[in-house]
Amino acid sequence: MSTATVGRRTPTPEPVREPAPPGRLRRSWDKHWYAWAMVTPVVIVLSVLVFYPLARGIYLSFTDLTEANQQRELCTPSITGELTCQANPNAWEFVGLDNYIQVLSGQIGQFWPQFWTTIIWTVTCVVFTYGIGLGLAVLLNRPMRGRSFYRVLLILPWAVPGFVSAFSWRFMFNHDFGVVNALLKAVGLDPVHWFDDKWTALSTAIITNIWLGVPFMIVSLLGGLTAIPAELYEAATIDGATPWQKFKNVTLPGLRPVSMTVLLLGTIWTFNMFPIIFLVTRGQPAGQTEILVTGAYRAAFEGIRNYSLASTYGVLILSILLVFSVFYRRALRKQGEVW
Amino acid sequence: MRIRSVGMIATALAVALTAAACSGNDKSSTSSDKKAATDPKSLSASLTWWDTSDPKNEGPAFQELIKKFNAEYPNVKVDYQSVPFADAQNKFKTSAAAKSGAPDILRAEVAWVPELASLGYLYNLDGSELLKDESDFLATPMSSNKFGGKTYGVPQVTDSLALLYNKKMFAAAGITAAPKTWAEVKTAAATIKSKTGKQALFINSGGYFLLPFIYGEGGDVVDAAAKKITVNGPQAVAGVKIAQDLVKDGTAVKPPANDAYGNMMTLFKEQKVAMIINGPWEVNNIKSAPTFGGLENLGVAPVPGGSAKAGGPVGGHNYTIWSGMPQEKVPAAVAFVKFMSSPESQAFLAEKLGLLPTRTSAYDLPAVKNNATVAAFKPVLDSAVARPWIPEGGQFFGPMDKMAVEVLVQNKDPKASLDTVAKTYKSEVVKDYSN
Repeated sequence: MSTATVGRRTPTPEPVREPAPPGRLRRSWDKHWYAWAMVTPVVIVLSVLVFYPLARGIYLSFTDLTEANQQRELCTPSITGELTCQANPNAWEFVGLDNYIQVLSGQIGQFWPQFWTTIIWTVTCVVFTYGIGLGLAVLLNRPMRGRSFYRVLLILPWAVPGFVSAFSWRFMFNHDFGVVNALLKAVGLDPVHWFDDKWTALSTAIITNIWLGVPFMIVSLLGGLTAIPAELYEAATIDGATPWQKFKNVTLPGLRPVSMTVLLLGTIWTFNMFPIIFLVTRGQPAGQTEILVTGAYRAAFEGIRNYSLASTYGVLILSILLVFSVFYRRALRKQGEVW
Repeated sequence: MRIRSVGMIATALAVALTAAACSGNDKSSTSSDKKAATDPKSLSASLTWWDTSDPKNEGPAFQELIKKFNAEYPNVKVDYQSVPFADAQNKFKTSAAAKSGAPDILRAEVAWVPELASLGYLYNLDGSELLKDESDFLATPMSSNKFGGKTYGVPQVTDSLALLYNKKMFAAAGITAAPKTWAEVKTAAATIKSKTGKQALFINSGGYFLLPFIYGEGGDVVDAAAKKITVNGPQAVAGVKIAQDLVKDGTAVKPPANDAYGNMMTLFKEQKVAMIINGPWEVNNIKSAPTFGGLENLGVAPVPGGSAKAGGPVGGHNYTIWSGMPQEKVPAAVAFVKFMSSPESQAFLAEKLGLLPTRTSAYDLPAVKNNATVAAFKPVLDSAVARPWIPEGGQFFGPMDKMAVEVLVQNKDPKASLDTVAKTYKSEVVKDYSN
């Protein structure tokens, strides 16, 4: 594949400058040259692993590159020894914003339905994992018998490889042979066709993801809980606070730095949680439970691969998450968090 | 690539010149083929083969075949790799695009061949001795290897969808002949349900499995010759509606949206459903299921027909050679594919697995002639319908699968669902076709 350069050189007129006192950069270099030297390897590694692919992905989203038109000439060797080459009549080219227009207007793929599914999926998963994780962390944060055993037990879902859990859960929700419907039948209820309706199908994925996501929340929040000074609880007890008041006025504010971080991480992870949807619901019924990442995968990698469409989805997903992160940090700053 | 192509062009020129001079040149590959034919032991190479068949049910038989091949060609090492069918196409394309790591020989599904050929990933086999007896291959499976007037593969097995039924359950219901139309299926199902109390029919909620219904009314997905999308035409809509009605009125089990195929097979093997629509690739699986009662309990009949005709889609697999394979391996690869697709090998697979040969001459061999499964599937093949062999052929099924779930599971209007499929085809799959 040939790499085309996109650098457009715009000649900028050099302003005539009289020698000024050394700038900030210069001073910083003189003073901290060793620090600069220390971060250089990281910068190089990051630019190779992150920044270059990112820039290339953004560039590809403005082209119509697919698997079929990536080669300028198509060559087919023959079993008898010849090689026939012909120029590819529709080789890839720069198409500007076409991909974005087609994706956002719904001409190609199902961007908006998938976007709303993603929002619902993310919010539900994060709310539940955080809520359940917080509850269990508070429960486990008191001296009791077998505490470490419970802690290990609750972290178990984390130790199981993700795809194994996904397959197990999918089978548990199987209509004819799954354990969930067997239990429903045992208590005299009708079995549910879990994957036949968008919302029940999405709930199977959400349940799976909650089961997988709670351990991370428990561990992080337990760490946060141990950091809250015991004096605060003692003082609150002396003042005659009820357990609920203690939880509301001591525990929650004490946990805020940890909470904010895990909520942000949880949101970004869940938003891009590919395997659960892909393996548990497989987008069923009829693609209605696809989220953006799985939708992008299907749009781009089934049949003749569409690299430019995949990049377009990628850039759109990245933009959504960037906007979210910026607003999230703003909100935090308003609350006086240093972050 | 650059250097190699120069070399190849030089070779090509040399071959062309010698051909013009009408002399048996001793450097062209045809003569090395001949040499291999005279002395198989002198041929030495190592080939990788990606087998995409089911590793549990079918793989062992293919490995046995390789042993037989090595008895004849002891110095050709075949590295057998079983690659899951679902991932094989993507894996192959990734490694072929990267020009490394792709197998020399790939067992490609019939619809993959035009696509892979259009991307330049396959050897053009025209003029090799593999195609010497091309007329011996069945026409429809052979046609899937043609793209742009050239041939890119050799048929390995062929198949089509058929009506598989449980003979005991039919006998218990007093049904003597397999139903020939969907209307007869309906009456048979009612009898089975009332007499045995079990489920009668399972239609898998996948696009491929609705094709017999569409063909039955004389419809098709696209008309490749006229470059026209016909998936939402009146015949296709009528066909899909028949399938929907069978589920609606309880003739067929309501399939689940997820894992329908697996559930269908489990129910059939446990004798909880009397009829399914499936292909010969599951025969070995059904045979080895302890709950089913062996092959003598398995009935195979041509897929029931609609108002126009009866026919299932032609499926199957081809042997293809990766275009990135070095030229010096050609004689070995040709020998291997030739051996694997010989009538004797095909007969061996038919006997072992019930897979259907793609050669006319193989059907005359006793091993095939006396095979009940093959005999049962033969009429199925005769009525099988060729699919459009175009590079986009593999992309027709994504939207079709969605449609199948919408129609069979969620009970949506067939016309509206098929209109959506047609719209997707137009905007994403075959942009130059007319609606």
